[in-house]
Amino acid sequence: MIITQQKNIEEIYDMVKQYSKILVAGCDGCCQPPRSINEAKVLAQMLELKARSEGKELKWKAITVLRQCDDRIAATTVRPFIEQYDAIVSLSCGLGIVMMNRIFDNILTFPAQNSMFGGAENNAENTFAEYCETCGECLLGVTGGVCPMAGCAKNLSNGPCGGTVTGKCEVGGYTHECAWVKIYERLKKFNRLDLFTKYRPPRNYRNWSSPRFIEINKSYTNEEEPKKEEK
Amino acid sequence: MAKRPAYSNLVKTMRESKFLFTGELEPKKMVDLSSILHSAEEMKKTGKITAANVTDGPQGDAYTCSMVPCHLVQEKVGLETIWQMTVRDRNRIALFGDILGGSILGLRNLLALTGDHSALGDNKNARPVYDLDSTQLIDLVSKMVDDGTDLEGNEIEGGKIEMNVGCAANPNSNPREPEILKVGRKVEVGADFIQTQTSFDIDDAKEFLKELEKFNVPVLLGLFPIKNYGIAWYFNENIPGVSVPKDLLAALKTAKKQYKEDKKKRNEAIDKINIDFFEPFIKEIQKTTKAAGIHCMAVHYERLFEPLLKNF
Ligand code: SF4
Ligand code: SF4
Repeated sequence: MIITQQKNIEEIYDMVKQYSKILVAGCDGCCQPPRSINEAKVLAQMLELKARSEGKELKWKAITVLRQCDDRIAATTVRPFIEQYDAIVSLSCGLGIVMMNRIFDNILTFPAQNSMFGGAENNAENTFAEYCETCGECLLGVTGGVCPMAGCAKNLSNGPCGGTVTGKCEVGGYTHECAWVKIYERLKKFNRLDLFTKYRPPRNYRNWSSPRFIEINKSYTNEEEPKKEEK
Repeated sequence: MAKRPAYSNLVKTMRESKFLFTGELEPKKMVDLSSILHSAEEMKKTGKITAANVTDGPQGDAYTCSMVPCHLVQEKVGLETIWQMTVRDRNRIALFGDILGGSILGLRNLLALTGDHSALGDNKNARPVYDLDSTQLIDLVSKMVDDGTDLEGNEIEGGKIEMNVGCAANPNSNPREPEILKVGRKVEVGADFIQTQTSFDIDDAKEFLKELEKFNVPVLLGLFPIKNYGIAWYFNENIPGVSVPKDLLAALKTAKKQYKEDKKKRNEAIDKINIDFFEPFIKEIQKTTKAAGIHCMAVHYERLFEPLLKNF
């Protein structure tokens, strides 16, 4: 899921203070912590209070969308309200906000949140943790299931670096575990230090360079199709 | 891998099995390099220092690049340099370009390092690069030297460059095994020599050197003479994994107190403390290990070289 953190109210208000009617849209998708209808309502009320403290009146409506990052779902849910509002404040992650701006290009959708990372919920440690940076070239098969991109502050393919002390990383004041010591321990446990020792050549960062697209919903056929020209 | 030629005086001397010393220069945020050149001159005068490392933004700080001081030290002082290069700030294109530039300037030793993370430095919000890691940087240098190409195999006009490449190793590493395996990986990819981080523990250092023997590459053991009590204290407080021995720390503290007002006497006392600690240390390493020499990181403490090294 996408881990988000709400911006402070001043920053959000600053973005929308010139509008008098706003639509505040929560998202029921994977965004964590949850930012659904109740969060949308609370945010709207806070913005109303801010406006009132400046002697302005702010009209609002709070709704929620199953997933703002799905164009079909977002369009059908939000379209009925669009006409009556000057601006949208979205509580989704960046994906949803960009999508809303794409679908509804006559109205601006503003972000109420900072999107932090794709994260896992680690209840044992009370954290949302970034275990994968979606690098497009997964190394977990040679690293004992520990990600050297998300786990290592330097994204090293052939770690550890000299900054590890008793299994902890120099970044973050030696509080986080060093991914590469962890990788070593995992591979040792499974008697696979051969994988640790093997040199991993420079990565192909084209797989990890924005913008990235993957074609979906294409058709398949057993008939001969004209060959596409190589890019 | 097969040994590549010794392009630098450093690697030549190592291969002649002469016990040698290297020093260290640290350009900071400066446009006037006279203090660096002065340190280099003092090193050169001793006649004992084969080459000097020039650091590349240590602790993640934004400092004067290392290439220019390397060049000036070689040109003006006639002391060979070991060009430290981290992968923190440059991608493979910039690294390649800089290495070509350095080779044109006659730099013949490159020490490939990961580099302290920018989050530790004085521009904490910088975007760290780490396109390559230090092993992959050794791979890049190897391709430039052995094949005359970049990482993609694109040829360098005029052919191969002449350079030797070294890697770092940490005697304070804990756990030790991944460190050793990692050094092995670097040697396999093409490291010609190893310089270690600083060690204060003779038994640890000897054991570490023993473990590195199997790679059959010259190793310089890192030592860090301490110029004043403040530095020792900083070391203990801020550099986890390394600690200045209690006796050494206490002696430095006493010297500081005893000669509070008299700088000359204080310096003499501190120099003696360092010599008493490091001279026997170095002798023991020379006598009982296969180390190629000592990397003496006495940054801004060049006055120690002469008295410390006079018996070697
Ligand atoms: S290597 Fe790490 S960042 Fe890359 S896909 Fe695998 S888990 Fe994700
Ligand atoms: S200490 Fe470990 S996790 Fe941290 S940067 Fe170095 S190798 Fe990566």
